[in-house]
Amino acid sequence: MKILVPVKRVLDYNVKPRVKADGTGVDLANVKMSMNPFDEIGVEEAIRLKEKGVATEIVAVSVGPAKAQETLRTALAMGADRAILVQTDDEVEPLALAKIFKAIADAEQPGLVILGKQAIDGDNNQTGQMLAALTGWAQGTFASAVNVEGDHVSVTREVDGGLETVKLKLPAIVTTDLRLNEPRYASLPNIMKAKSKPLDTKTPADYGVDTTPRVKTVKVSEPPVRSAGVKVADVDELVAKLKAMGVHS
Amino acid sequence: MKTLVWVEHEGGALKDATLSAVTAASKLGEVHLIVAGAGVGGVAAEAAKIAGVGKVHVADDAAFDHALAENVAPLIVDLMGHHDAFVAPATSNGKNIAPRVAALLDVMQLSDILSVESADTFTRPTYAGNAIATVKTSDAKLVITVRGTAFEKAAKDGGSGTIEAVSSTGDKGLSSFVGAEIAKLERPELTSAKIIVSGGRALKDGPTFESTIFPLADKLGAAVGASRAAVDAGYVPNDYQVGQTGKIVAPEVYVAVGISGAIQHLAGMKDSKTIIAINKDEDAPIFQVADIGLVGDLFTVLPELAGKL
Repeated sequence: MKILVPVKRVLDYNVKPRVKADGTGVDLANVKMSMNPFDEIGVEEAIRLKEKGVATEIVAVSVGPAKAQETLRTALAMGADRAILVQTDDEVEPLALAKIFKAIADAEQPGLVILGKQAIDGDNNQTGQMLAALTGWAQGTFASAVNVEGDHVSVTREVDGGLETVKLKLPAIVTTDLRLNEPRYASLPNIMKAKSKPLDTKTPADYGVDTTPRVKTVKVSEPPVRSAGVKVADVDELVAKLKAMGVHS
Repeated sequence: MKTLVWVEHEGGALKDATLSAVTAASKLGEVHLIVAGAGVGGVAAEAAKIAGVGKVHVADDAAFDHALAENVAPLIVDLMGHHDAFVAPATSNGKNIAPRVAALLDVMQLSDILSVESADTFTRPTYAGNAIATVKTSDAKLVITVRGTAFEKAAKDGGSGTIEAVSSTGDKGLSSFVGAEIAKLERPELTSAKIIVSGGRALKDGPTFESTIFPLADKLGAAVGASRAAVDAGYVPNDYQVGQTGKIVAPEVYVAVGISGAIQHLAGMKDSKTIIAINKDEDAPIFQVADIGLVGDLFTVLPELAGKL
C-alpha cells in the first residue's frame, strides 16, 4: 500500500518562542525551523512499515512556504520516496489543510495516512481527525503502536487513563504520539540522494481549496509572568513554608 | 446560544473534566449535555444534577461504548441541527471527537480554550503555552475544547435537567474497541489533584522513583506525576506525564523533584498556584518559575522531608 505522510515546518522545539512586541504573533525571523517532532515520528513509522514489506511507497506532503521544501527533503532523506509541496505563504488552518490532504488522498489513494498528533506551534491537534471526517475513514489518534493486519490496522492509543487498542478498517488515518518510535537521523549519503528524489510543487488552488482563515488571530500576548520565588536553605525551612501554606499540619 | 456539552464518563461515573466544560459553556448560553455510551442511565441521572444544566440528551447504545469517534461524531452532528455550539473538555476523548465533528459541520475548531471573551472570541495557548492567542471565529457554529484547569468546576448538584433519549445513529462499522490497559491509581487523579509530586530523570529507575517519590506523595495526599524523561526512561507509565504532550495540570501545589524544567514540561504545569522545586543544579530552569526552591540532592532531601511532615 501507499502511505501518505503530511509534515510541517515549525519553529524548532528547542527554541524559546518570542512574542512580537506589537502583539501580531511570534517572531519567526532568523530563528531555527525544523520538522514538527510528531511528524518525524510519522515519517519514521511509514519507513518502518515499508521495511516490513507492508508499504510500497511513501509520499511526503507539506503545505507551506517555499522553504518547506527543506522539510520535505528531510523526509526524503529519512526514506520517503517522493514529495509534494503545496506552496503558499498564507497560514493555513487545520480545516483547510485537511481539505488539501483529502484532495491529495483522492488522487493518490493511500492505504494509510500518518500525521503527527499536533504541531508544536499551533498546538491544535485537529488536522488528522478532520481529514478522517472528510475522507469518511476511521481514525487512530495518539498512536503508540501500529500494526497492519490484512484489511485493517490495530492502533494502540495513549489515552488519559493509560492505553487502549482499536481496530480500524483500511484505509485509515493514524496520528502519532511521542512513544510510537524513535525517528532515525538521515545519513549524509541519504541527504545527497534525497536531492534527486522527485518533489512536485502545487498550490492550494490546484486542489480547489480556499485557505481563507475562519478564525482570525486578534492578538498574541506573552503568558502572565510568575513573580520571582525564594530559595530555602534546608528541609526545615521548606517544611515551615509548607505548614504556613496549610499544605500539611 | 444553545450549547451542547460532551459528558466525559468512565465506569458508570461522570468525570470532573465535564464540570469545567459546563462552566465554559454557560458563558455562551443555555447548557445542554450529551451522554453517550452503553448503559449510561446512571451517568445521565448524575449529569442532570449539575448546576445550571437544561436538557440532558442520552444516547444509550453499544455503538457509543468507548466513545469511538467514527460512531459518536455523527450523533453529535445530528444534535448540532438545533444547537449553536459543541463544547468538550480537552481530554483524550474530547480531542479525538471534536475535530471530527467540526470538519463534518465544515467549521474550524477552537482547541483548549483558556477563556471566553465573548460569543465569538476566545483565548488559547500556542507554542507550548509560550504565547496566548486571542482568536475570533467567523463560523456559524462553534466547536470548542476547554482546558479544564482554566475554568472553575460547576457544582455537581443543585441542577434539575430533563433527561431525553435520542435515537442512535448506529455503528458505522469503521472501527472497533479491542481492549484497554488502564493504569491502576491508588492516589488522586493527576488532572484534578490539589497537590502533585512529580519526578524527573534524576530518579534513576522505576524502583527508585517509587521508593523516593511515592512516600512523599502519600504524606501529602498528593497525585504523582512525571517528566517526559522519566516516562521515556520507563520509570513510570506514560499517563503520569505532565507537559505539552502529556497532561496539563494546575494544582494548588506542584512539587518538581529532579526535573530540570524544559519548555515542554513547563507547558503542563506552570499555571500551578505554588511551584516547589527540589534540584541539585541551582541553574536548572525550573527555579525560574518556582515559588520555593531548595537546592540539594533529592536522595537526602526527600526522605528527610517525608520524615518531617
